[in-house]
Amino acid sequence: MTKIAEAGKGAFGFVDDRVGAAKWVKKNLNKVFPEHWSFMLGEIAMYSFIILLLSGVFLSLFFVPSQQEIIYHGSYAPLSGLPMSQAYASTIDMSFDVRGGLLMRQIHHWAALIFLAAMIIHMLRVFFTGAYRKPREFNWLIGIGLLTLGILEGFAGYSLPDDLLSGTGLRIAEAIVQAIPLIGSYAAFFLFGGLFPGSIFISRLYTIHVLLIPGIILALITVHVMLVWYQKHTQYPGPGRTEKNVVGPPFMPIYMAKAGGFFFIVFGITAFLGALFSINPIWLYGPYNPSQISAGSQPDFYMGWLDGLVRMTPNIETHAFGHTISWNILIPALIVPGIFFTTLALFPFIESWVNGDKGEHHLLDRPRNAATRTSLGAAGLTFMIVALLNGGNDIVATHFGLTINGIMWFTRIAIFVLPPIVFMITKRICLGLQHKDRDTVLHGRETGRLVMLPHGEYIEVHEQISTDDQWTLTQHKQYQALVAPVNVDANGLERPVGLKERIRLGLSKWMYGEQVAKPTATDVHELEGGHH
Amino acid sequence: MSDLEPLSDPGLPAHVARRADRDPIAEKRAERQVAILFMLSGLSAVAFIASYVGIKSDQYIFLPLLGTTNAQQLALGISLALTLLTIGFGVVHWAKVLMSDHEITNQRHTMRSSETELAELATTFAAGAASSGLGRRSLIKRTLGGALALVTISPLIILRDLGPLPKKQLEGTNWKRGSRLITDPGGIALKASDLEVGGVAHVLPERPTGQKETLEDLTRDPVLVIRLRPEDLHLNAEQASWTHNGIIAFSKICTHMGCAVGLYEQQTHHLLCPCHQSTFDVTTGASVIFGPAARPLPQLAITVDSEGYLIAQHGFNQPVGPSFWERSS
Amino acid sequence: MKRLSKYRRHPLAAGLVIAMGLLLVGSLYSLASGAGPAQASNARSQAIKEGQQIFLKGCSSCHGLNAEGTQTGPSLIGVGAASVDFQVGTGRMPMADASVQATARAPQFTPEQTMALAEYVASLAPGPAIPSQAALNYERDGNLAQGGELFRTNCAMCHNFAGQGGALTQGKYAASLMGVDPQKIYEAMITGPQSMPVFGDRSMTPAEKLSIIKWLKNVQNEQAQGGIALGKVGPVTEGLLVWTLGLGLLIGAAVWLGAKSK
Repeated sequence: MTKIAEAGKGAFGFVDDRVGAAKWVKKNLNKVFPEHWSFMLGEIAMYSFIILLLSGVFLSLFFVPSQQEIIYHGSYAPLSGLPMSQAYASTIDMSFDVRGGLLMRQIHHWAALIFLAAMIIHMLRVFFTGAYRKPREFNWLIGIGLLTLGILEGFAGYSLPDDLLSGTGLRIAEAIVQAIPLIGSYAAFFLFGGLFPGSIFISRLYTIHVLLIPGIILALITVHVMLVWYQKHTQYPGPGRTEKNVVGPPFMPIYMAKAGGFFFIVFGITAFLGALFSINPIWLYGPYNPSQISAGSQPDFYMGWLDGLVRMTPNIETHAFGHTISWNILIPALIVPGIFFTTLALFPFIESWVNGDKGEHHLLDRPRNAATRTSLGAAGLTFMIVALLNGGNDIVATHFGLTINGIMWFTRIAIFVLPPIVFMITKRICLGLQHKDRDTVLHGRETGRLVMLPHGEYIEVHEQISTDDQWTLTQHKQYQALVAPVNVDANGLERPVGLKERIRLGLSKWMYGEQVAKPTATDVHELEGGHH
Repeated sequence: MSDLEPLSDPGLPAHVARRADRDPIAEKRAERQVAILFMLSGLSAVAFIASYVGIKSDQYIFLPLLGTTNAQQLALGISLALTLLTIGFGVVHWAKVLMSDHEITNQRHTMRSSETELAELATTFAAGAASSGLGRRSLIKRTLGGALALVTISPLIILRDLGPLPKKQLEGTNWKRGSRLITDPGGIALKASDLEVGGVAHVLPERPTGQKETLEDLTRDPVLVIRLRPEDLHLNAEQASWTHNGIIAFSKICTHMGCAVGLYEQQTHHLLCPCHQSTFDVTTGASVIFGPAARPLPQLAITVDSEGYLIAQHGFNQPVGPSFWERSS
Repeated sequence: MKRLSKYRRHPLAAGLVIAMGLLLVGSLYSLASGAGPAQASNARSQAIKEGQQIFLKGCSSCHGLNAEGTQTGPSLIGVGAASVDFQVGTGRMPMADASVQATARAPQFTPEQTMALAEYVASLAPGPAIPSQAALNYERDGNLAQGGELFRTNCAMCHNFAGQGGALTQGKYAASLMGVDPQKIYEAMITGPQSMPVFGDRSMTPAEKLSIIKWLKNVQNEQAQGGIALGKVGPVTEGLLVWTLGLGLLIGAAVWLGAKSK
């Protein structure tokens, strides 16, 4: 036995004597993690969360989560002598009087923005490649949960310093709660301990932000990663890659090294942003005062779409029998997001209901091969982007010479009109790419070399692509639209098809009715003779 | 398509050797590169410590593109970033270029357990359930269900004191008959003659001496006083009786979601709330002309007292600020 | 007459006739345009006259021959010297085009001409005067922290928390206050240009105005604590940076990490 193995046996033995983990660890040292840059997006999110935990602990050592009013006498002169909460004052002190304090604040806030951006882009990758399909629906649901919690956590985090901008955000959040029918005013009073802003909300928010939500997020991330570990990661299609295997470098040493190294890279890039770019300069915003407001007040980007929806909703309010229902708040702040996130969460189950597929999927889809799904995703993304644009309409107006009124009207219409247009365009693009794939397999790759034939015709020389590439372009499963089974009863009379079944058949036709048939081996062989 | 043959899988592609695999000089160079990166990390860590100890917190540095910024914060941040980045690049470079890049294959197993295992699970579970007797002991089942429901509900009761009941608190402000208008934050009582045509003032109601307004007061009391030429106002009789010589006052708390509405456009006589762009027309009693607010800003009835100071005739005739269920109009 | 006509072909005759003609027309004209202020022989009345000339040429087409206003421009009677110094001194007037708001640009008149215009307009009716330099000692007379509070309550809703400017309705905007001359800021506050309301000295005292200016100058000259400021407009530009540079660097690193080494 080599020296390494000997020493290993000693250390491993110590642990193994107590937990008997040798067999499991041995098996998993050679666990395969397929390699692709798009598989690292979830890692960016996870590492950002760790960075948030680390930097957050530092901040918690200096932050005072109290709304008690004090007079500021610290080193930042423009605030000297002003009354403010201890929360705000301690954050100012942290920024000016604690060495490295502002750096940690900035790293923490940049990491939070990256955490959410990475989750969103990871979710998009999972969606467009169909990685949410069986057996990974649980992970998809956990992911939606993580995204929702992340949004709430970020909002809670930047509201803690109790500055003018985030205080305004809390005011708006309180108005949303207050607008809920029947229980709104009670819920708002319970949340804030009385009239807004009350004197206890920041300390409640603090516990929610440093303990409650991070705890739940940590638990969910653990289950999320454990599921990936157990179910093995999906992989992109290619030669040698099947539904029954997973191909790539082993966990030790390659994956450990690359994943571990990537953590340092993510941390380093976040620190770089924290060093160079100012974020959330609360000393300029001033302490929260409900009678003050700044032009260009927005939430952080992950809530920008909510702000945009609130701005564009028509001013509908109903008054009946001595009560008020504020549709202008409920629709954009609760109903539309609720529908959006619920649809997103149920999507894997709806899709499998529509295509009747109950099998496991471990090979990823190329987005063009799932044209309707990809187009739906593009349409949903368009919806979000239009809403986000309206959320920043005043900043956009002043910087591009437009009017807030014009942008508002544009987005009011665009949010209904643009998604279907983007859907249609994306569908056409996907089908076009499917055509191109089929052509490439059957007729080869265009080489750009033009040749003149003896009788004067010009042709472009096509080069047959490798069998590896041929396989990659044709290995996917193509669903067919479901057909109503012939349903005849004992007397030979046809049973009518129920509404649920008819919806299913309709959706199935919409999803799979239009696609370009992939070339078969027969097609390729037929063309192999007499080919340029 | 099911009756036509698909193309067949050509199998895993052959391994292509990297330069460091073939050429020992390239291998040594790669090793040196990794080592240099790690050394740079160490140096950066030292630079971090030096910046913390050596640079004064009130020093600023000018750099092209960056402008002037706090030197210590920049130095700490850049050295920290380099410390971390160089380790990361070093390890990844090592893995990419030097570690064996042969791909291996793991076999997947269907997630679903075998039929026998599932059947055994079903029988074991059924046996356990039968043994518990829950299925046939309906009295136990029902009383257990009731108990569990009450157990989960009862702790929620102690959350009752999270806050007081709203009662009428959302409806009142501190504006009363005779309240003088005090400038915010200046703190001086406003006379009618103090306000010029085209001018605005942010005011709060007069308070007993020594008493300061709380933040809760500031979510309902702020009022914006605006002076126009009387002929520019187009109000009904009641609204007009609440003005004084072209001076008109409105609650500053937006009826949409509670932001402060202080943005007065002098020429158009419009008030704009910067949060969601609700726009109110002062000349018609702050009626909504654009944006998501559903109700006009409540108008404060004002007049002048014997000394010429602006005072409120009485409090608001409706709750100020955002709507809520119990609001009747 | 016969004696005079003997000289009609004299070489100097033409020059003499022209000179007499000019003298006649000039006298008639100065008699006719005597509808101005009294003919006191001091520098101020000279400035007023000069201002009136400039006004008639450059401003009367929109503001009326006697500054009484027209469909296209408001009356300037009573706006005071401060208004003129602000509008003309920042190049907003004469207005570049018939757009929704006059934009600041290079002044179209020299400081002397601007002063003359200001004197003329001030002579029409009492109005806000140009603050003297002695009255603008914001460093001495202003309170920095109080200025910030005043700014946030009275100004930030249009000009943004750091005086970077903000959007109004229908394409109008509140200008950035960075790099603006303190005198111009003061004049804007007391005259209420265009959409801006008037902050008279009785509702906002001169000391309060100076405090605001002191705070604005502090924001302008304050050295950055945390690096590049991204426009000081808040989360919009911060989010933009994350989605461009932030994710760009991170995904770039991921692509490099996953790529096969040669």
